[in-house]
Amino acid sequence: MSDVLLEVKNLTRTFDVSLPWLNRVIEREDRQFLRAVDNVSFQIRRGETFALVGESGSGKSTIAKMVVGLLPASDGQILFDGQAMDVNSSAAMTQLRSRFQMIFQSPFASLNPRWRVRDVIAEPMKAFGTVDGKAAIDKRVDELLDLVGLGASDAGKFPHEFSGGQRQRIAIARALSSNPEFIVCDEPTSALDVSVQAQILNLMRDLQDELGLTYLFISHDLSVVRHMANRIGVLYLGALVETADGKELFKAPRHPYTRMLLEAVPDLEMTGKEQSVVKGEIPNPINPPSGCTFHPRCQYVAERCRNDIPVPVPTPTGEAKCFAVEEGRI
Amino acid sequence: MDDVLLSVRDLVVQFPTRGGILTALDGISFDIKRGEVLGVVGESGAGKSMTGAAIIGLIEPPGRIAGGQIHLDGERIDNLSMDDMRAVRGKRIAMVFQDPLTSLNPLFTIAEQLVETIQTHLNVSAKEARDRAIALLDDVGIPAASRRIDDYPHQFSGGMRQRVVIALALAAEPDLVIADEPTTALDVSVQAQIIDVLKRLCSERGASVMLITHDMGVIAETADRVAVLYAGRLAEIGPVRDVIKDALHPYTHGLMGSIPTLAQEDDRLVQIPGAMPRLTDIPDGCAFNPRCDRVFDRCRVERPDPMPHGTRQVACWLYDEQQIKAAE
Repeated sequence: MSDVLLEVKNLTRTFDVSLPWLNRVIEREDRQFLRAVDNVSFQIRRGETFALVGESGSGKSTIAKMVVGLLPASDGQILFDGQAMDVNSSAAMTQLRSRFQMIFQSPFASLNPRWRVRDVIAEPMKAFGTVDGKAAIDKRVDELLDLVGLGASDAGKFPHEFSGGQRQRIAIARALSSNPEFIVCDEPTSALDVSVQAQILNLMRDLQDELGLTYLFISHDLSVVRHMANRIGVLYLGALVETADGKELFKAPRHPYTRMLLEAVPDLEMTGKEQSVVKGEIPNPINPPSGCTFHPRCQYVAERCRNDIPVPVPTPTGEAKCFAVEEGRI
Repeated sequence: MDDVLLSVRDLVVQFPTRGGILTALDGISFDIKRGEVLGVVGESGAGKSMTGAAIIGLIEPPGRIAGGQIHLDGERIDNLSMDDMRAVRGKRIAMVFQDPLTSLNPLFTIAEQLVETIQTHLNVSAKEARDRAIALLDDVGIPAASRRIDDYPHQFSGGMRQRVVIALALAAEPDLVIADEPTTALDVSVQAQIIDVLKRLCSERGASVMLITHDMGVIAETADRVAVLYAGRLAEIGPVRDVIKDALHPYTHGLMGSIPTLAQEDDRLVQIPGAMPRLTDIPDGCAFNPRCDRVFDRCRVERPDPMPHGTRQVACWLYDEQQIKAAE
């Protein structure tokens, strides 16, 4: 059994954002494509948490959707436990599908308001046929509710009777019901208050220890990522600019974008460190800058960055896509 | 000159509902000094936004201010008529909302919206108003302001739109800016820019700021003092550094521990058991008592009012003098 549970190779996704045909003809516009995910590769080992962090529009959620097969990739490969995922082959996909699950950002949108909690949680078991018989399913639902810190008496209620944190617990119970090995968590706590976020993050870590789960954890919040992840990948405009071990990334960020992100995090310790004000905003992904896409905002920019596209260079615990790192300038 | 700009005393906001009267704010008191940045922090439903709305007179009926007083610069403003309040709102108290997309009118250019605001509040010609508008946009850091002023809101990015909203708020040179979650819809790198702009411009103009947010980090970076709200009541208020470094109220303490930080080594986050009570169902005594790990008998029956403790005020019986004496 290989150590690597999920491997993503050169994953790319483009979206056609062209104007309608008639407008293109009249306005003499070409077709336009948006490269939401650009040649992303990473590996997730069994039992670890790999986090993808980036700002809005960096392609985090697009990657999550491709990993669980909700969105076909334009190019590249996703290998789950050594097996290639093929969205078009439904038989093989159903086999794989039962082994991974997803937790979505908003527990208000991800639970069907007309279903009782029992049915919400039982659905994956019925869909994959992992548990047979009504009595066995009900028993398993009660166990799952208990596992996520709710009570068996909650099974008969509807989602609107719960608070945001409790709903996210239900979503977690649903994700666990088919006994998955791998869970993709797309901003699982962004819609929650901090004290509730702490409860959910602690729960997710406990479940990981107890059940040996592997997480792909997606978030825009660096301090949450630091708390959860063993390894971290930083996305900028659809490309992975740096990967590193969790602690290392925060101690010694390499890529200038990672540095900028870390400096922008408000300082709760009140060490009085001077915040360097971040330059500029994420450019339009339809028409990204030439060369290294970060160069217009980068303080270490050189001539080469404007023209050539950097390739990943190894760093102590990962790799970074940056000429300045490659040349040892930073 | 009195250096207290805004004083809120025993503010009570109630909503009559079918199930009885719901008290959204229950006896909130605080002051904002001239030029001061007061952070207001709390979780959803704690009453942060309601406090801002009450001050600026924008509580949606049937909600109403059922008690207490609000004074701006010594003048009572909570009982003004609609028309009198309109003269205060925008001119002396301005507001920056969370979502810059909904606070700008998509059908008008930035120039039209800014000039209208300036001419409503200040007695200037259209030409002068436009020049002021350009200068304002320049100040909030919009590049090529004289050209971009004729653009529509959709032509700006989220961060740029929030800069425009700040420019709008500052257009009439208000004494107080109420910023309700001004950076919540923005990315962290843009958030840092917006906070910087807001802080710089308000201090240049001597305006006070009431910064409402759920993000303790933003408060730490920006505010002079912070008020912590829980279930419509004030839990603790005091200088930011003291509250963050050494929280007195058990709720503040739990709240601070539950925030993951970049520096901590600990693997587990502190978690406060349970959730904030519904406003229809607030426990007797201290609202926090069922979740508190230092609860004792008095907390369950008697409600603590904020009591002074050093530089701070804290609504917790642990800091009652008699209690402290008894402990010794």
